Amino acid sequence: MSSTARLDEKVYTAVQQAIQRHGREREGLIPILSEVNRALGYLSPEALSEISRQMRVPKSQVFSVASFYRMLSTKPRGRHVIQFCESAPCHVVGGREVWQALQDELGLQSGETSADGRWTLVTTSCLGVCAVGPVVIVDNDIYGNVNRAQLPQILARYE
Amino acid sequence: MQATRALVLVSSDCESMERGAQLVYERLQQEIRAAGLQDEVVVSLLGDVGRHDALPMVIVYPEAVIYGPVRPDDVPFLVEEHLLKGRIAAGLQASTRELSGRIAWLSARQGTLPAERRIVLERAGLIDPEDIEDYILHDGYEALGKALTTMTPAQVIDEISRSGLRGRGGAGFPTGTKWRFVASAKGNHKYVICNADESEPGTFKDRLVLEGDPHSIVEAMAIAGYAVGANEGYVYVRGEYGLALERLSRAIDQARQMGFLGRGIFGSDFDFDIHIHVGAGAYICGEETALIESIEGKRGEPRSRPPYPTTHGLWGKPTLVNNVETLANVPPIIRNGAAWYRQFGTKSSPGTKVYTILGAVNVTGLIEVPMGITLREVIAIYGKGMRNGAAFKLAQTGGSSGSIIPASLQDTPMDFDSYARAGVSLGSGALLICDEDTCVVDLAKVLLNFFRVESCGKCTPCRIGTQRAHQILSTVAEGTAEMDDLKHLLALADGMADYSNCGLGQTAAVPIRDIMKHFRAEVEAHISLRLCPTGVCPMSGRQVMAA
Repeated sequence: MSSTARLDEKVYTAVQQAIQRHGREREGLIPILSEVNRALGYLSPEALSEISRQMRVPKSQVFSVASFYRMLSTKPRGRHVIQFCESAPCHVVGGREVWQALQDELGLQSGETSADGRWTLVTTSCLGVCAVGPVVIVDNDIYGNVNRAQLPQILARYE
Repeated sequence: MQATRALVLVSSDCESMERGAQLVYERLQQEIRAAGLQDEVVVSLLGDVGRHDALPMVIVYPEAVIYGPVRPDDVPFLVEEHLLKGRIAAGLQASTRELSGRIAWLSARQGTLPAERRIVLERAGLIDPEDIEDYILHDGYEALGKALTTMTPAQVIDEISRSGLRGRGGAGFPTGTKWRFVASAKGNHKYVICNADESEPGTFKDRLVLEGDPHSIVEAMAIAGYAVGANEGYVYVRGEYGLALERLSRAIDQARQMGFLGRGIFGSDFDFDIHIHVGAGAYICGEETALIESIEGKRGEPRSRPPYPTTHGLWGKPTLVNNVETLANVPPIIRNGAAWYRQFGTKSSPGTKVYTILGAVNVTGLIEVPMGITLREVIAIYGKGMRNGAAFKLAQTGGSSGSIIPASLQDTPMDFDSYARAGVSLGSGALLICDEDTCVVDLAKVLLNFFRVESCGKCTPCRIGTQRAHQILSTVAEGTAEMDDLKHLLALADGMADYSNCGLGQTAAVPIRDIMKHFRAEVEAHISLRLCPTGVCPMSGRQVMAA
């Protein structure tokens, strides 16, 4: 078996499972996209085509929905996604300095993925944990009251 | 509930969970079993406890001793000292400095936050959010029972109208009136939607309601469904709110098992059930028509209005959309009556408001206070004063529905009408307190960046206006703008306010107009003097004068 055939199978299974859970009605499209995104790490063109085929929704519409929402990605991402809150409450309590330090530490700018595939760095709007700003989220782990000195320690926890 | 000797509660709001509350909870269970106390001592998780200085907290009843912050390794000592030997575990107590020696949680709340009045958050932090029986023990589902067995739908709507409750999502529309619109709309298939897509910057009140008291929303939606004639409800939960989603899902399952959702609730002929729709990350979906589009599986782009959702909402059917905080007010109003509710707050804005206090104050966090309190009181009493004794410069009231409140308005009562008369808005309840180290140009730039990123792109004034306004503000911050640019900026603000399709674009103008109205000199200094008075802006593009 070639590697593309195996990949297709993985995509097919992820789509199949999501559709079984949420149904073929249009109402289920966003939950299905979210689940496939979680299973595969991002929404590949094959995954979007397969969702379009199985749900009988035009590819253009599937892509337009997939590209609209921040938690869905149509591009491959690193093993770990770092989200930095850039809204005002984090910004005014030192977020600006932490954001600069984070970019320097990783050598990445917003939206970029590191060459070794370890990190993807993105900015995000308010995540509702403002009482402990500035806030950095790595995958599903929330770090609050972050200062620049803590960044190396936080990042070292992730392979 | 079986009789027990002691009750051990672990705070489990998001912040506590992040600081290891789950591990503390598990360790407590282990240690209590190891000590053979499992039949005498109950361990339970609870929501936000109303203070945030020593999380995670462990509260032990009946003595009501507050411990915190508790680490998993502290647990064996705590169990041995307090539960086995019956004395206070020395050194683990949360600071009692505000409590004048009394350590009951009630005094913890009332002592630290004197004028607080909790209606929306009456149970949050007091009950186990994962246990429906605990909710029922604290008057839960009593209002639903009362509505279904002793009131007609019209009477329920009347009661809500008389209470004067107004929407807490930001706009302040009278809730009873909205309910009446949906009730009188034609069609026999209607929907109730709870808007839990809370994403106004600085706001997390709805998250704490869902994390601390999810059943109150289930109960309120069923009451709303009965009142307007809907048998189906949706909760649109923000995708990032994992814990809130988990607790709400569990609450809905439990309510179904107990017959508070489903067919023939309370032996009446009223059927009601609730579905959850999880968002996928888009601020604009907090706008009610964008939210409806998103539930239908589309891009979250706001519809043109009219027609309004009250007649043409979800799948074109009449739909009631209410914010979490608004709904949380409903069961207490039905239980205690409109007259009771009206004793809190002001005449035109009765009840309480939940605020999140953030920024340059000594204590940040969440409070629920009667409408009509002033910003000066909020900062002095709840924020415990400005951090480092700094001077108060302005407050930003959060996201698209808020505005910039200058120090000159800090004695204006915080209610819908007083604020509207002063030309400002309460917003969603976030109070970002800024001191004199905050540059208004930098702040407006960050706010416009938010609108620019979160604009859905459907209509031109917003899509291009927010981009262009952000660009101009950036040149002001870099020291390369000219005075004429400010004219363009204000013209852009007018264009966005007048011609945008929805609230996002319309209010993207607000920060621009606010800083030009209240802080014009500071903005102009960036241009005429090429300097940022607070030293915040980089001014990197300014030309250095020849020596």
